[in-house]
Amino acid sequence: MALSGLDIFKLLPKTNCGECNLPTCLAFAMKLAGGQAKLEDCPYVSDEAKAALADAAAPPIRGITVGKGDKQFKIGEELVLFRHEKRFINPTAMGVRVSDAMTEDELKSAVEKAKSDSWERVGQRLEVKLLAVKCETGEAGKFTSCLETIKGMCDLAIMLMTDDAEIMKAAVDVVGDLNPLLYCATAENLDSMGALAKEKGLPLVIRGEGLSSLAEISEKAMAMDLKDLVLDPGTRKLKDTFEALTAIRRAALISKFKPFGFPTIALPCEETDDLFFEGASAAVYIAKYADIVVLSNPEAWMHYPLQVEIQNIYTDPQKPMAVDSKFYEIGTPGPDSPVLVTTNFSLTYFIVSGEIESSKVDSWLGIVDSEGQSVLTAWAAGKFVPETIAKFINTSGIAEKVNHRKLIIPGYVAQISGELDEELPEWEILIGPREASDIPVYLRNYVSAGS
Amino acid sequence: MAFESVKETTESRIREVALGTGELKVGGENVLAFHLFEGEMPNRPLIAVEVYDYYPEEWSDAVKEPLADVLSDPVAWAKKAQDEWGADLIALRLKSTDPKGMDRSLEEAVETVKAVVDAVNIPVMIYGSEDVEKDGEVMKAVAAACEGKNVIIGPALEDNYKTIGAAAIGYNHTVAAKTPIDVNLAKQLNILLSNLGVDTEKILIDPTTGALGYGLEYTYSVMERLKIAALRQDDSMTQMPLIADVGTEVWKAKEAKTPASEEPLWGDEKKRGVIWEIVTATALLMAGADIVIMRHPDAIKAVRKVIDNMLS
Repeated sequence: MALSGLDIFKLLPKTNCGECNLPTCLAFAMKLAGGQAKLEDCPYVSDEAKAALADAAAPPIRGITVGKGDKQFKIGEELVLFRHEKRFINPTAMGVRVSDAMTEDELKSAVEKAKSDSWERVGQRLEVKLLAVKCETGEAGKFTSCLETIKGMCDLAIMLMTDDAEIMKAAVDVVGDLNPLLYCATAENLDSMGALAKEKGLPLVIRGEGLSSLAEISEKAMAMDLKDLVLDPGTRKLKDTFEALTAIRRAALISKFKPFGFPTIALPCEETDDLFFEGASAAVYIAKYADIVVLSNPEAWMHYPLQVEIQNIYTDPQKPMAVDSKFYEIGTPGPDSPVLVTTNFSLTYFIVSGEIESSKVDSWLGIVDSEGQSVLTAWAAGKFVPETIAKFINTSGIAEKVNHRKLIIPGYVAQISGELDEELPEWEILIGPREASDIPVYLRNYVSAGS
Repeated sequence: MAFESVKETTESRIREVALGTGELKVGGENVLAFHLFEGEMPNRPLIAVEVYDYYPEEWSDAVKEPLADVLSDPVAWAKKAQDEWGADLIALRLKSTDPKGMDRSLEEAVETVKAVVDAVNIPVMIYGSEDVEKDGEVMKAVAAACEGKNVIIGPALEDNYKTIGAAAIGYNHTVAAKTPIDVNLAKQLNILLSNLGVDTEKILIDPTTGALGYGLEYTYSVMERLKIAALRQDDSMTQMPLIADVGTEVWKAKEAKTPASEEPLWGDEKKRGVIWEIVTATALLMAGADIVIMRHPDAIKAVRKVIDNMLS
């Protein structure tokens, strides 16, 4: 919550010394409130004022970074409850649980799979971001040797899972330089676990037994001057976890309840042994407010769909997703294959390319840059018009790839065919179907008419 | 000090719509999806199981396999959905009436509908091929043939709502009103239908479904906005229960059907397709869907488990 100029003025020295290059403290306060001056410009400001101002400027949910280097990720900083209000900011980070009770082969295979859980979709890289390494043996030696193995294999961010502060300390000695997330501090071990996190400057999960105990632990942790906290309500049933995550997000955003002004973690891996239900639970937590979700396994069939859900939910509702403007090969098109064009709205592309694929007619699909708009919207906005289409065709090099000059345009813009004819005199403009679902029939007719 | 959650209560409710002729109802909630800590959902969200009126040769093996023994017989399919998969209702799709496809006659459509409706004791919703004109004719015939059964007919679109709405009024059925992913268009079609004389307690909203990766986020947000308008702004024309049309859309996605041999990085295609359907259905339930139309038995089972758990 931002402070007003007058609120800030009360915290200033009120000496009107002018060293901030403004005539009065009130003028400086007004500039500060408007974001046009920095607090450091005042040499005499008190620590108390600094803290109060920093506090007021802080986002309602703190942003926290886990891991180091290329594979580090940030969570938190969310500002809204519903994605249509404003874009959700830092996508849910997906984790894979491994354990020191696994054999070395099992561990290596799981880590390899987690590493390869990485996909390119609509120009974005989707990937597993976290290895949650659980100490199940209760032996520091086993845990650290498992961590050595992992450290030698990948640079994925790591979450260390043990309630034993001594074992945690041994683990931090091995991977502390990778900025791991410590899981976790509880009411019982907060003093030692919190001290370790503070000493090493590492982010820490705190786990309650329900929301009241979580709030209490969070207050104590904040009193220990711990800042990078992640919240686990300790619930282990879908209904309870969903309700807790919703209550935490609301408390942080609506009530500005500081102890819950941190990102959250959900552990469907600890809630069920039924993999499909685990996937469904993860789907709930991605939609409803978990910043980290840890699964029991690294299987691509489970992670890829959930990654796509994250991409969907965290897309900017004001800005459509767009694909690159170029010719796409659907199947293995040759010189005789049909040539189609449409716009670069990602859904248009997905649906049109999907229908061409299902027609089994190898084709060239040209995607014109229409600023991510669908066919009719882009046409109305002047982004999918004869001039832009002609320019795209002429610079795309498609003329060298095919031995015919037939161009299929979407049925919804049939009215531009005459003008497009003039812009592209060498090409014959054909009017395709209005609905993508009619493309397979159209293409099959196209092919049989041509042969 | 015990933590007190923020509660957002409202006097508004989603309309309760009776389905079929028995006890089953949908809607009636005064909270956003599963927010049972501040209100109630007197009726469970329902799973409608898809049954097609022809053998869907073109489906991928991942979803044909578990249905193999019933795919060519809509009656057996519907009974299995009811008896083994616990369907709350049957979503019968008269895809074969499509004039651009098999173009089956009204008589054939009615015969299939009657056979399915008579074979099960759960309510039935009947969707046409989404050919504007043919659907009008088909739904007129279906409505007459199902008089007294209170089936759901649809989808009523902007261009054929009069025919389908009139058929529903004439034979006292429920209508599913479908609009293209837009809050205002959904409201407008509800207004048009109620002006026509359709009882507002006999309308369901089908806001058009985008599958996971294919516009899910649009449907998700339109559903959330419809529910927020209904409950927090007391907007009467958004207070109809919502339908998410999941199965058909999901199993079109290439990610749900491409074999792992072609896309090794995507993993086992059978499980991947099931998860694709589970994630789509679950996300839309969280956005406020009151009925999810589904296809794969394993996905149905998992989503039922989600609903059971949330309501426990």
